[in-house]
Amino acid sequence: MAGSRAPTRAKGALRPADPGAGPEQCRSYLRQLRLIRRFEEKAGEAYSLGKIGGFCHLYIGQEAVAVGSIAALRADDYITTSYRDHGHALARGLSSRSVMAELYGKATGCSHGKGGSMHLFDASLGFLGGHGIVGGHIPLTAGMAFAAKYRKTDQVAVCYFGEAAVNIGSFHETLNMAALWKLPAVFIVENNGYGMGTALARASSLLDLAHRAYSYEMAEEVVDGQDVFAVRGAMDRAVGRARLESLPTLLEMRTYRYVGHSMSDAAHGTYRTKEEVEEYRQRDPIKVLQAHMKSGGMIDDAGIAALDAEVVAEVEDAITFAEESPDPAPEELWTDVLAGGR
Amino acid sequence: MCSREGGDMAVLTYRDALNAALREEMTRDDRVFLMGEEVAEYDGAYKVSRGLLKEFGPLRVVDTPIAELGFAGIGVGAAMVGLRPIIEFMTWNFALLAIDQVVNSAAKMRYMSGGQVGCPIVFRGPGGSALQLSSQHSQAFESWYAHIPGLKVVAPGTPADAKGLLKSAIRDDDPIVFIEGEMLYNVKGEVPEGEHLVPIGKADVKRAGTDVTLVCHSKTVTVALKAADQLAEEGISAEVVDLRTIRPLDTETVLNSVGRTHRCVVVEEGWAFAGVGAQVVDEIQRRAFDELDAPVLRVTAADVPMPYNKLLERAAKADPAKVVAAVKRVLYLPG
Repeated sequence: MAGSRAPTRAKGALRPADPGAGPEQCRSYLRQLRLIRRFEEKAGEAYSLGKIGGFCHLYIGQEAVAVGSIAALRADDYITTSYRDHGHALARGLSSRSVMAELYGKATGCSHGKGGSMHLFDASLGFLGGHGIVGGHIPLTAGMAFAAKYRKTDQVAVCYFGEAAVNIGSFHETLNMAALWKLPAVFIVENNGYGMGTALARASSLLDLAHRAYSYEMAEEVVDGQDVFAVRGAMDRAVGRARLESLPTLLEMRTYRYVGHSMSDAAHGTYRTKEEVEEYRQRDPIKVLQAHMKSGGMIDDAGIAALDAEVVAEVEDAITFAEESPDPAPEELWTDVLAGGR
Repeated sequence: MCSREGGDMAVLTYRDALNAALREEMTRDDRVFLMGEEVAEYDGAYKVSRGLLKEFGPLRVVDTPIAELGFAGIGVGAAMVGLRPIIEFMTWNFALLAIDQVVNSAAKMRYMSGGQVGCPIVFRGPGGSALQLSSQHSQAFESWYAHIPGLKVVAPGTPADAKGLLKSAIRDDDPIVFIEGEMLYNVKGEVPEGEHLVPIGKADVKRAGTDVTLVCHSKTVTVALKAADQLAEEGISAEVVDLRTIRPLDTETVLNSVGRTHRCVVVEEGWAFAGVGAQVVDEIQRRAFDELDAPVLRVTAADVPMPYNKLLERAAKADPAKVVAAVKRVLYLPG
């Protein structure tokens, strides 16, 4: 992928990479993509109604990145993400109920109402946080990979962050040490083109972000993040490199978010045009996968409708669960500060 | 080496007491590792980790690039999944580059995960001023970290406490900011051999007295003890309370002492504004107001960046003469 001066996002074509996946796998991907999409749409709605507070960063448009990459992991691998973390949590198997309840700040939430949208955790699934400081979790992930190497397990640690994080010091410090110490980590930059409202070209002197890995003699790959099969393929290679050779990889996933950075900014009109958003919507990850499945006879419109009804029901159930769940007890204010409670 | 009731004692420097704590804890628990700049092949910038690479190998004694933010975060990540990292900062001045990881990651992890993910890590290294290192290398940051719920802040003033507190810190399940006195590394003292644990959160009366309480920690323990010697020559009996841990603060020991002496001077290496002493004074005025016979005074660093010039530097630091003068003021004696 060397040489290009502009991000080479695949546009237009709906043809995915060689899938190498059977109907069951495809259906599982499609269900997850649609679940995340419906979950996020509903979360946005609940936010507008004042049911969800604070910041809320939606993943709409980027779903194939989390779904395709997390599918390549083992149950005992570690995952950290930035604050745009709902999709990854769902792809990792956190229940829609526990994630929605966390967005509602309820005691039944995956972080017991103390973390909120930006800090989803489920230690039992190796899902070790949504983190709120840009780039702050990149070294944490290397630390988890260090621990795997230290203990001589063959676990892999995976870190998701936006393209704006590649300009912060912790990214460079961590990639250097991860390569120097041969840590079993996969660093996934989800390049959706904008850090809040700042286009990549206004923030980075280098537009091919995967090339940042060259500074650290690290393996890299540019991936079509709208194609779940391309994501899975690249992730399989990176995870294999980590698990078998104890070597890190930087994956640049070219993707796009259709919604604003958070709930407070419009999807378009200030830093990007409506036409641009519409153009990217033409190559929606759900559309790409559905086109493939239809052409292969794996699903038809009725099947899609049935699957959609299934995930809509799941999200509705999550909303009801979150609505009806109790707030944390007042004394919870003082717990979990220190190991002994306080 | 001499023998004492309750176990063998060795005379060790503060540096070697810390080294013994590291060695003993790394021997006891193979989850414990040491990471930082120059800790391995160079034996430590201040030689605290002398011999550890040879004994424990490069997996457990890890030299890092100069990248405080990165390796502090790597330590936090390793702690989140069950290792027991000791992250050495060559000095706490450089740790400012890593403060995001200490404050935003280590201190918050347990709370924001709803109690699922702890962070048993020790961040350690020298703090305070040394000799003529000027502004960027002469700062006491205890109060910065003590401000943060989720952290514990420890600052030993003697070799025995250095060993006992570091061993306790390594065994603690919470993130610990362990600030060593840069000027204390060569100070010698009796240190119990083997298992010697000093509890975190307990102050220690280093010298009993009746007329005034001197509250201190880290290097100012030495300053306060010297001041107490001078005061004794003038017939004034000073009690020296070494906080040892800044957070959680052992308010009871301070209040017990002030309840007997009714006068207090708080001594610290840091600046006065929002300093450790400000918190101590707040506790005393709220909880022992009626015990006080004079306002509590503070001896701190001058409210300026540390100068290089030797005379100016001396003028900027807390010293025994300043403590003696403050004590005379709380006793309403002529200076």
